[in-house]
This record gives sequence, C-alpha cells and structure tokens, in this order.
Amino acid sequence: MPKVAQGTGMPAGAPPRGSRRGPLSAAVGVFGELFLTAGVVLLLFVAWQLWWTNLDAGRTQEAAVEHALEGFSAGPPAEPAEGPALEGDTFAVLYVPRFGEDFARPVAAGVGLDVLNTLGIGHYPETQMPGEKGNFAVAAHRQTYGEAFRDIHKLREGDLVYVQTAKGFYTYAYRSTQIVHPSSSEVLAPVPGRPGKEPSEAVLTMTSCDPPFTTKMRIIAVSVLESFTPAADGPPVAIADTVAQARK
Amino acid sequence: MYAWIFRHLPGPLWLRLLISVLLVGLVILVLMEYVFPWANQFVPWTDSTIGMVLPR
Repeated sequence: MPKVAQGTGMPAGAPPRGSRRGPLSAAVGVFGELFLTAGVVLLLFVAWQLWWTNLDAGRTQEAAVEHALEGFSAGPPAEPAEGPALEGDTFAVLYVPRFGEDFARPVAAGVGLDVLNTLGIGHYPETQMPGEKGNFAVAAHRQTYGEAFRDIHKLREGDLVYVQTAKGFYTYAYRSTQIVHPSSSEVLAPVPGRPGKEPSEAVLTMTSCDPPFTTKMRIIAVSVLESFTPAADGPPVAIADTVAQARK
Repeated sequence: MYAWIFRHLPGPLWLRLLISVLLVGLVILVLMEYVFPWANQFVPWTDSTIGMVLPR
C-alpha cells in the first residue's frame, strides 16, 4: 500500500510532507492514486461476481431446498397444483449426481434475474411442468450466484437427473447437449427444436451460458423422462442420501 | 491522498497501521455488500436464458 510506504519514518508532528511538493505534482499524485484505486475496485468487482455471489446464493439455495422439502413432506398440495406458480416460488428440487454427491438445488418459477441471482434455477414459465408431456425447461447460471449449472458440459449418456416435486420424483435420463444462439427459443418448444409439433414424450431442458464466463452462446442439455416414483415410495436409491442430507 | 489520510490518523505507527487495515476492510465490505450488488444491474454479462419469445 503506498500510504504505508510514504508515511513511515516520519517524526510525529512533522509538517505535512505534501507541502514540499508543487501543486501540480501533488495533483498528479492524487490522480495516480485514484486510478490505482479504480483498478483495485474493478478487480474486487470481479472477485465479488465470481466468488462472493456464490456465498450468498449458496446459503439462500440451501435454505430454499430445505424449505421446499419441508413443504413436500407436509403432503401433496390441494389440487389443482398445475396452475402457474408465482414468480420466485420454489416448486421443485433438482438432483444431478453428475454435478456432485450433494447437488440439490431449488427450482423456482420464472427466469428473471431476481430468481436466477438468488434461488439459482428458474423454470421458463411458458414451458411445461415436471412429468408433463412436453418440455420442462429451466435456466441457471454457469458461473456466479451459486453456479448451479457449472458442470452442465460434464453430463454423459446414462446420467440421470432427478426432479422432486410434492408428488414425487421424476427421473430423467440425459440424452444430448447442443450449443445454440441465445435467441434460439425453439429449444424451449414442447418438442425441443420443433416448435408447433405435438409432444409425445416428457423432456427436461437445462439451459446455461456458453462458453463459461461469457454469455455469447447458450448450452442446452436435454434429458428424457424415464420413470416416476411417487413421494410415498421415498426417493430413488441413487439420491436417497442426498435427499436425506438436504433435509437435515 | 492516502499518505495524507495516513498522516492524519491518530496514535503511534502500529495503531495507525491497524486503523488503515480496518478502514480498507470496511471499504471492501461496503463495496461487496452494497455497492457491487447495486452496480451489477448495469452489467450486461449475467444472462443465461434463452430468448423469451416462444414460437408457437
């Protein structure tokens, strides 16, 4: 720190050293310090985005999962539960063993930044709900704010993705990944990539940024509904530990 | 500027160093908790969604 270097070795009560410098040199000095400060602040901003936001979001998302699971165990909600959820309502929990043994994240309604920057995973409101024929499409950050889909590119054929709602557990099997332009909204269609076509299967579409640390393109991972486990039967064996842990 | 602030801190050298560290820490905390979250709304590179207009 410059202030330490310049301030050491001065006898207490000495006249301010600045008075020995000309006004121009003093002004240049202040400018220099301001520029250095601006540089440090920008670096801090990057640190905040890449690191600090994860701390905040991590706590929020953990609490949201716990809260959602409590709600689920209180029994299935009074029908009809199919109505459009309020933006920011956590209605599901996503488990992806490939993303980590303890990966359990809340899925909230809406893909506004107020959802993605706090709860993490947001559901595109125009798309279908878990288990419904059509496309259950969700978005999340690849970096920052909990970076729920940081490892989305690591999904391999055979990987299973679990969606828990009040009704039970939907098991999706990962099928394919593609990189598309941010405007390619056809991937959100009931049959991904074929807008207007009548869906015959239930798919899960996860979207995030690509390449990492940019927003140039979008990475799309599609999985297909394989099975459904009613809540009464308990979680599928593969995620039993994760569910128990998330519930605390 | 920083030298001027440092000279005007009270106490012996060790105390002034301590105060400086605390001040720097405080500034960083204020930036992280209040300034950056606010400034973030002007940053264009946080979008991870697909265009919202759905073809029907």
